[in-house]
Amino acid sequence: MKKHDTPMIDELENGPWPSFISGIKRLRDTHPEKRINEMTNDLLGQLEHSYETRKGYWKGGTVSVYGYGGGIIPRFSEVGDAFPKSKEFHTLRVQPPAGNYYTTESLRDLADSWEKHGSGLVTFHGQTGNIMFIGSTSENTQHFFDEINEKGWDLGGAGPCVRTAMSCVGAGRCEMSNVNEHKAHRLLVNNFMDDMHRPALPYKFKFKVSGCPNDCMNSIERADMSVIGTWRDDIKVDQEEFKKYVGLKGRKYVIDNIVTRCPTNAISLNDDDSIDIDNQNCVKCMHCLNVVPKALHPGDDKGVTILIGGKRTLKIGDLMGTVIVPFMKLETEEDWERLVEIGEETIDFWADNALEHERCGEMIERIGLVNFLEGVGFDVDPNMVANPRESSYVRTDDWDDEAVKWYEKADEKKDSA
Amino acid sequence: MGEKAKKEMRAPIETGAPDGFQYMHPTMRKNFGQWKYHEHPRPGVLVHYANSGEEIWTVRAGTQRILDVFTLRTLCDIGDEYADGYVRFTIRSNIEYMVKDKAKVEPLIAAIEKEGFIVGGTKNSVAMISHTQGWLHCDIPGTDASGVVKAMMDELIDEFRNNEMPNRVHLTTSCCQINCGGQGDIAINIQHTKPPKINHDLVSNVCERPSVVARCPVAAIRPAMVNGKPSLEVDEKKCICCGACFPPCPPMQINDPEHSKLAIWVGGNHSNARSKPSFQKLVAAGIPNNPPRWPEATAIVKRILSAYKEDARDWERINDWIERIGWPRFFELTELPFTKYHIDNWRGGRKTLNSSAYVRF
Repeated sequence: MKKHDTPMIDELENGPWPSFISGIKRLRDTHPEKRINEMTNDLLGQLEHSYETRKGYWKGGTVSVYGYGGGIIPRFSEVGDAFPKSKEFHTLRVQPPAGNYYTTESLRDLADSWEKHGSGLVTFHGQTGNIMFIGSTSENTQHFFDEINEKGWDLGGAGPCVRTAMSCVGAGRCEMSNVNEHKAHRLLVNNFMDDMHRPALPYKFKFKVSGCPNDCMNSIERADMSVIGTWRDDIKVDQEEFKKYVGLKGRKYVIDNIVTRCPTNAISLNDDDSIDIDNQNCVKCMHCLNVVPKALHPGDDKGVTILIGGKRTLKIGDLMGTVIVPFMKLETEEDWERLVEIGEETIDFWADNALEHERCGEMIERIGLVNFLEGVGFDVDPNMVANPRESSYVRTDDWDDEAVKWYEKADEKKDSA
Repeated sequence: MGEKAKKEMRAPIETGAPDGFQYMHPTMRKNFGQWKYHEHPRPGVLVHYANSGEEIWTVRAGTQRILDVFTLRTLCDIGDEYADGYVRFTIRSNIEYMVKDKAKVEPLIAAIEKEGFIVGGTKNSVAMISHTQGWLHCDIPGTDASGVVKAMMDELIDEFRNNEMPNRVHLTTSCCQINCGGQGDIAINIQHTKPPKINHDLVSNVCERPSVVARCPVAAIRPAMVNGKPSLEVDEKKCICCGACFPPCPPMQINDPEHSKLAIWVGGNHSNARSKPSFQKLVAAGIPNNPPRWPEATAIVKRILSAYKEDARDWERINDWIERIGWPRFFELTELPFTKYHIDNWRGGRKTLNSSAYVRF
């Protein structure tokens, strides 16, 4: 095998950070399988060609496994004549365990299967949350999938479909956790396997679950349905621990970094160095808990907030998710069923009403939030807005009827309390 | 399909996302949902205490993210020999080892560093850059991703393994304007500056023309007959060079070795802490896409980081810091030019203008 000269990407072997180029070269130079040596050699050759010409040379296509329509990112080389051994270089997207937990045994097992059928390159994880097994021929995608599917691994989403979900480290390790993130993740996404594996939706739809409003999964910015753990009773305070913290850091530090950083001015420092929290005006931003995790903890009346419609630029510009459910408990089986039902109703309405290639948030932008709420069956709630409308261009013929609804709902709430 | 082939076809088992619980450290399983607080004894190390009195120690390390099986096995060897065999990956692709005993932490760190991985990335550090596939594997990339990240992390490594920033800094890169890298405190993204170059011979065979027309955010694409063939043409005065037409229609090549530039955006913040989540804002563009080490982009990132490190207060993320000091001061401190391109003219852009007498002098 003649090794390609790669002077440009060789530069990426210098410096202290671990080098992916050195890793690919290890596969080329020391892997016992000739197939992998040749494939990675041509991959390096094509990558060098990209570096020299500042252009990409992969094209998409249609590759899937038997029974599925998606889950594979097909890659055919446009310069396959020069680099024939990597001319088919598809990625398999495989769903990670909720919370991204692995044993070394499970990773070794995946590595063993992957080097039998693929290039030996893998990423934990891609930006959609999948394990990315990078580099397989069309034929071998089926063999690799068959092998790992028997061991409990399934393909993720690619194309206009429900996509692989993500959840944070969650209740497994984090004291800020307010919900069983992994249960929410798996109940939601595993309910939609048909919509994931056989892409037939207007565009992608993503679920992400974060256990608290720190939102480590970036769900508000990136998920069509964002589920965020929160609580509605008081922040739990260990005043002795808090006083210790004030003693350690000083009052100025505490005032500058906790009291004045509260977005709703809900915190003050008492004369005895204990903390005073106006819990009714706390918006659960998490800042004070992040600063003093030993003294301040989430409350006990836990649940989730649900936002719909987050996405990045294409096509109309960036959109954050919008609060659709300010709070719901996830305790009983009925609660969990309701969570999945909200996902189903949202996807059904969006699938019926979206234009081709229109994300859920873009559809809401086009038709207005109220039409979406009415379509999916949610009552309006002032938690859904940053402020009421500023434009007077609206017909309010049915104002009185709508006002009655609000009062009736308030009465219902009073009765059930 | 013959009978034999049919028999060989195996129906998939649609199990979906596996249960993470089976792979979780026993101490974490036992104390699931019962964690009380955590501490951060040194960069790259977290210790979580449970109500039961038990504790779990986490050591976080940065890797090259594009892992070869040898590297993956090395990571597993470390996990087996120096940890308890349980790992996880963060959203920024760092590996985390969890151990029950504090005594295991120092030998574990030594083993990780001996193999060339970098311990750090926790709390107020510059975290690992979340990134995309780039020239290595994407079908529409304007630049590489892993290469940009490698070159940049070589320069930022000390900020990764120390905690000297006012708050955490999340960096992202994206190799096209779709921005799969996501929002970041600092984002380094491709910004095209010229309309697509169309290969009219291929359009009618390769592209579903109405879909491509519909994909354009500014309605600049229309069907046309070119050289007697049905094709598409772009109104180049309207075109914003976003590249949205390129994925559905590869003959509309948007990537250009010279004119696809890098832009830098700041202030994206996913967290609700202190203020609502925020999107990143453009601060620099026209930066050369200069492989293999992209020195110009790295220099600007370092300038922004150094101004932030110097001037921001504890706990301020980059967006919090700029909110306090104002944009004029940001451009002054970073010595970046403010141009007409910084003023947003996209729909809804008016809300980004200063409609007040708030001016800092």
